[in-house]
Amino acid sequence: MSLTHYLVLAAILFTIGAVGVLVRRNAIVVFMCVELMLNSVNLTLVTFARASGTVDGQVMAFFVMVVAAAEVVVGLAIIMSLFRTRRSASVDDANLLKY
Amino acid sequence: METVPADGLIAASWLLIALPLAGAAVLLLGGRRTDRWGHLLGTGTVVAAFLVGLLCTLQLDGRRVDVDLFTFVSTGSLDVQAGLLFDPLSAVFVLLITGVGALIHVYSIGYMAHDPRRRRFFAYLNLFVAAMLLLVLGDNFVALYVGWEGVGLASYLLIAFWHERPSAATAAKKAFIMNRVGDVGLALAIFLMFAQLGTVSYDGVFGAVGTLAAGTVTAIGLLLLLGACGKSGQFPLQAWLPDAMEGPTPVSALIHAATMVTAGVYLIARSAPIYDETPTARAAVLAVGAITLLIGAIAGCAQDDIKKVLAYSTVSQIGYMFLAVGLGPVGYVAGLAHLLTHGFFKAGLFLGAGSVMHAMDDAVDMRRFGGLASKMKVTFVTFGLGYLALIGFPFLSGFYTKDAIIEAAFDRGDGWGYLLGGVAILAAGLTAFYMTRLMLMTFSGRPRWEPGVHPHESPTVMTAPMVLLAVGSVLAGFLLVVAFPLESWLTPVFGEPEEAEHVVAPLVVSVLVTVVMALGVLTAWLFVGRREVPVTAPVRVSPVTRAARRALYADAVNESVFMRPGQWLTRALVFVDNRGVDGAVNGLAATLGGSSSRLGRTQTGFVRSYALSMLGGAVVVAGALLAVTAG
Repeated sequence: MSLTHYLVLAAILFTIGAVGVLVRRNAIVVFMCVELMLNSVNLTLVTFARASGTVDGQVMAFFVMVVAAAEVVVGLAIIMSLFRTRRSASVDDANLLKY
Repeated sequence: METVPADGLIAASWLLIALPLAGAAVLLLGGRRTDRWGHLLGTGTVVAAFLVGLLCTLQLDGRRVDVDLFTFVSTGSLDVQAGLLFDPLSAVFVLLITGVGALIHVYSIGYMAHDPRRRRFFAYLNLFVAAMLLLVLGDNFVALYVGWEGVGLASYLLIAFWHERPSAATAAKKAFIMNRVGDVGLALAIFLMFAQLGTVSYDGVFGAVGTLAAGTVTAIGLLLLLGACGKSGQFPLQAWLPDAMEGPTPVSALIHAATMVTAGVYLIARSAPIYDETPTARAAVLAVGAITLLIGAIAGCAQDDIKKVLAYSTVSQIGYMFLAVGLGPVGYVAGLAHLLTHGFFKAGLFLGAGSVMHAMDDAVDMRRFGGLASKMKVTFVTFGLGYLALIGFPFLSGFYTKDAIIEAAFDRGDGWGYLLGGVAILAAGLTAFYMTRLMLMTFSGRPRWEPGVHPHESPTVMTAPMVLLAVGSVLAGFLLVVAFPLESWLTPVFGEPEEAEHVVAPLVVSVLVTVVMALGVLTAWLFVGRREVPVTAPVRVSPVTRAARRALYADAVNESVFMRPGQWLTRALVFVDNRGVDGAVNGLAATLGGSSSRLGRTQTGFVRSYALSMLGGAVVVAGALLAVTAG
C-alpha cells in the first residue's frame, strides 16, 4: 500500500465529513461529521509521520485527539442545552444570533 | 522739537483716560444698583477729566511732554511702550473732547431722563470719552489704533442704543462695517511702518520717514487716508454717517459731529511729517476733502430729516477740514481751528435739534415742524447762533475758520487752488441754503405739527449746555484766530507759520464768501420761507433734487458694487459648503454605513451557511498557497 492510498482515503473521509457538516441539520450528525474530518486529518498526519520516519506527526495527532475530546464535552453540552430549550436538535432552529 | 519727560501734573495725565474708563467700568459692572446715581457719576468723571486736562494744558507751556507708562508689547523686535504724548495738538483735542463731552453728558441727563437704560447710556458715553482720549493722547500708532477701535466700538453700541428698532440696528451694523474698511487701511499702514522702520512710535516713524522709498511713504499716506476716510465719513466711505443719526441725539452731537468723526483730521494732522514726504497722498487728501464737502452740501439741501441735514452738514464740514490739512503746512492750523469751532457749533446744533425732537415727541421730519420759534425761545436763539456760526455769518466762528481754509486754498496759486477755492465757496453757499431751509422749516412759518403734539421748552439741564455751546459758537472763532491765535499755540507741533503770500486778498475772499452765503440764504428764503411748506415731500421734482434726496446715490453704489456681489459670493460659498464639502463628507459616511449594513445581511444566523463560507475561505487560502508554492 503506497502513500497515495492513505491520503486518498483521508481525502474521501474529509469530504464526507465536510459535506455532512454542510447538508445535515441534526446537530448530533453535524458533530459526528466534524469528528470525521478531524480523524481524516489525523490519518494524514500519521501517514506523513510514517513516511518521513519521524514522530512529529504522531505527536500532533495525539494533540488533535485531546482537543477533540475536550471539544466533544463542550459541544455535546451545548447540544443538550439547545435541545432542552428548543425541543429540537436542528441547527437551523438555533438561528437567533444574526444581524 | 524734542520731547521732554513728564513732570508735575502732566505725569498724571493718564488720569484723563482712567477717570472715564473707571466710570464706564463701575456703571457696566455695577448693574442696577447704580441706576439712581449712574448718570451723575458718568458726568462727574468727564467733568473731572476736563479739569485735569485744563490744568495739564496750563502747565504745558508749548512743550512736547512724553508720559511713559508701561511696556505694552515687547516681543522680538517689536517693542511698543504704552506712553502718552501731551503736546499742544493733543491738548486742544483733550480740551475739546472733555469740554464738549462734559456739556453733552449734562444735557443727556435731561434728554435720557425717561429712558430705562440711562445708566448704560452713560457707561457707553464714558467708554467713548476714554477711548477718544487714548486716541489723541497715545504716543504711538498702536495706542492710536486701540483708541480708534475703542471709539468705533462705542459708536456702534450707541448708534444701536435703541436696538429694538430695526433701523437703528441696521445703521449700527452699517457704521461698523464701513468703519472696518477704513480700519483695515489704518492697520495696514501700521504694519507697513513696522515692516519698513521697525517701530510704531510717533518719534521713531516721523524721524525715519525720510529714509523710506517714495513709493512706501505714499502707500503709508494713502492707507492712513483710507483709515481717516472711514472714521470721518469721507468720500467714498461717507454713507454710514447720516445713517448713524439713528442713535440718541447726544450721541450724534458728541460722537458723530464734534469728536469721533474728526479723528481722521487728527490722524492726518498728526502724521504731517509723513504727508510732507508724499505729495501724491497729500493730493489725495485734498481730492477727498473737496469731493466730500461738495457731496455733503448737495445732499444736505434735499433732506427732510432734521438730523440728516445736520449729518450731511457734518460730512461737508469735515470735508473742509480734510481740504485744509491736504493743503499742507499752510492749512493745518486752519483745518484744526475749523475742527474746534465746528465742534462747538455743530454740537450746539445737534443739542438744539435734540431739544426740538424732545418737544415734538421724537419727530424728525421738518415738514411737520414749523412755527417753533415762539414756543421754544431758548432753543431757537441758541440754535440760531449755531446756525449763523455754521454758515459763516461775519464775525462768528465759522466766518473766521472757514474763510481761513478758503484763503489757504486760493494761496496755492495754481489752477487747482482756484478750483478748490471755488468749490469751497460754492459749498459755503450751499451750506447757507440748506441751513436756512432747516431754520425756516423748523422755526418759522405756520405750525404743521402732527395732531396731539404740544411743543414745550426743554428743562434747564438741557438748555444750559446749549447756551454754553452757543456762546462758544459765537466766540470760538474770534478767540482762536484773533485773540489767542491757535497758530502760535500749535507752533511747537507744525513749526513756525510761513508768511503766506496771498494770491487773492483775504478781504476779497471774505466779501466773496459773505456774498455767496447771502445768496444762499436768499435762495432758501425764496424757495422755502416765502411759500407754504408741503407736509409731504413733493413727488414731481427735478432729477437733481431726486439725486440729492438719495445722497447722490451713495447707498445705491455701495449696494450694487459691494453689497450685492458680496451677498452673491457668500451665497455661492454657502452653496459650495453645503453641497460640495458637506456633500463629500456626508456621502462618504452614507456609503460606508449603507455598505456595512448590506454586508451585515450575510449574518443570517444559519450555522451551515457559516460553515459553507468557512469552507469556501479555506479552499481559497489553500488554492492561494498552492498557487504561490507551485508558481
